[in-house]
Amino acid sequence: MTAAAITTADASARKRGYGSMSRDRRWALRWSYFFLTIFAIFFLMPPVYMLITSLKTSAEISAATNPWWVYHPTLGNYVELLTSRQYLTFFRNSALVSIFVVAITMLISVPAAFALSRMRFWGSATLATGIFLTYLIPETLLFIPLFKMFALVNEYAGIQLINRWWVLLLLYPTLTVPFCTWIMIGYFASIPKELDEAALMDGANYRQILMRVFIPVALPGLIAATIFAFTVSWAQFLYPLAFTTSADQLVLPVGIVTTLIKGDVFNWGQIMTGALLGAAPPLIIYAFLMDYYIAGLTAGATKG
Amino acid sequence: MVDAAVEALSIAGGGRRRFALRKAMRRKSTIAFLMTLPLILLVALLVLYPALYSIHLATLNKSMERFVGFGNFLFLFKRETFWMVVRQSCIFAITAVIFKALIGFIVAHFVHNIPSRGQRKWRGMLLVPWVIPPAMSCLAWLWLFDPSYSAFNWLLDQVNIGPVAWTGDANWARFCVILVNVWIGAPFFMIMYLAALKSVPEQLYEAAAIDGANWWQRMWYVTLPMMRNIMAITALFSLIVTFANFDIVRILTAGGPIDRTHVFATWAFWIGIQGNDIPLGASVSLFMVPILTAAAVFILRDIHRRASEMS
Repeated sequence: MTAAAITTADASARKRGYGSMSRDRRWALRWSYFFLTIFAIFFLMPPVYMLITSLKTSAEISAATNPWWVYHPTLGNYVELLTSRQYLTFFRNSALVSIFVVAITMLISVPAAFALSRMRFWGSATLATGIFLTYLIPETLLFIPLFKMFALVNEYAGIQLINRWWVLLLLYPTLTVPFCTWIMIGYFASIPKELDEAALMDGANYRQILMRVFIPVALPGLIAATIFAFTVSWAQFLYPLAFTTSADQLVLPVGIVTTLIKGDVFNWGQIMTGALLGAAPPLIIYAFLMDYYIAGLTAGATKG
Repeated sequence: MVDAAVEALSIAGGGRRRFALRKAMRRKSTIAFLMTLPLILLVALLVLYPALYSIHLATLNKSMERFVGFGNFLFLFKRETFWMVVRQSCIFAITAVIFKALIGFIVAHFVHNIPSRGQRKWRGMLLVPWVIPPAMSCLAWLWLFDPSYSAFNWLLDQVNIGPVAWTGDANWARFCVILVNVWIGAPFFMIMYLAALKSVPEQLYEAAAIDGANWWQRMWYVTLPMMRNIMAITALFSLIVTFANFDIVRILTAGGPIDRTHVFATWAFWIGIQGNDIPLGASVSLFMVPILTAAAVFILRDIHRRASEMS
């Protein structure tokens, strides 16, 4: 419809000059806002509904009133969850896993990206492409062989890997490292060669070049990669579902899905509260660092 | 320069082995290799090895003691559920990607249309579905689709349309999983297309306008050719991710009603982890490989082409 509006805007603009063009442009703008509002309602409806439900008591949820309105708002669900030891354990596990995974990812991918973008060695170009390809291998292809591998490790080495939250520290980097390396290669490659040559001339070694030149200059890329690693490890669902089972080892997404749903009894007020609180950390990061977040999103496909 | 110096040093110090080893450690390529070693180990041990291991697993019998060759695959071919999963995976991935691309394209144009100072706010709002962890937002959708308290059914009831069994009826359930997937994925397309739209030089549109091109012509001859690369690569990425999707189907329907909405990933999980038949689960997930390889080949070709264009 905007298409039509703009088309008529063009056709009539030639006939009637600038005055009507600006008026038709205003109409095109109004249509844009109208449709954007409709899409925004569609996109924001589930999180808003989460918030609405989280403020209700169980009695109000099962009453036959308007589900889109809160008649007796209460923070009871929040209080109950934030004082429940189980939920706090999930939260702690999630936070620990995500923070450690971010650290591991950065420690592995930044030096690797530096080496691959600046220090050519035998097979480095192939390796860079190979890293990108591993990013395309989905976790749904790997969880079954990994499950069996970990069972074998337990059998032969006696190290219990299944049902331990820290095993996720081994698994999540396979999802974060390839992509982070890839976008860091892109950012490092965009740094002018003269900069590191100047540093070399001044007698800096590679570690100093990386720490004093590359990391400060490519800081926006580093932040984008960090955000990516954090959100991926916070949101990952399949690995924890397959590899952890007992309640004290679960991370947030799996914890909410498996423990708050008790048999056929759904305590929706608490589930929505838990889900909303679980969605909060990525949302807060996104709210404050939106530009870096979007830079990281678009870097994967537009760079390289 | 440093290379040359180090090289010269190593020639001077040749013969003394310990010294030579230390020299090798200081060589540029050795340092570079050591810096990538953690990455290589991680990928080799936890990605490539399991990928190959799953091929081996797929040729074993359920207790994993006997080699059965293609037995698992032949067994799958004879099961009706398997073909249902193949069909559902393809319908799910293709429909979802098409709608994500369409909605993303339309919304990107609307956002691009409005004055640039308002764009940030709208873009920020419209990307929220992508930021929320899928497991969390799927729970919200599950609650919206609830059989007895569905908020959608309440709205429909206000206009006297009977209750819809969202996740209870096979076709509605298929619709639901696709809808949720589109809801999560469309913002990503929107962001990518918006970035592509912004990279189209304004002069091209001015030139087209001077030549008397109308809106459709400008779209067809300027915008689409300029965006073609990004559109293709975004769609391919999304195809891979959607085809291998797990969270949405698992949480919304768990494959039900009666296996009607299972995709490869959820069915493999059902058989391999919950059903404890690891070889059969591995064989199921291996069926994702052909389509993933095809998409990967196209993406790689694009990357190589762009790399050669740049140099």
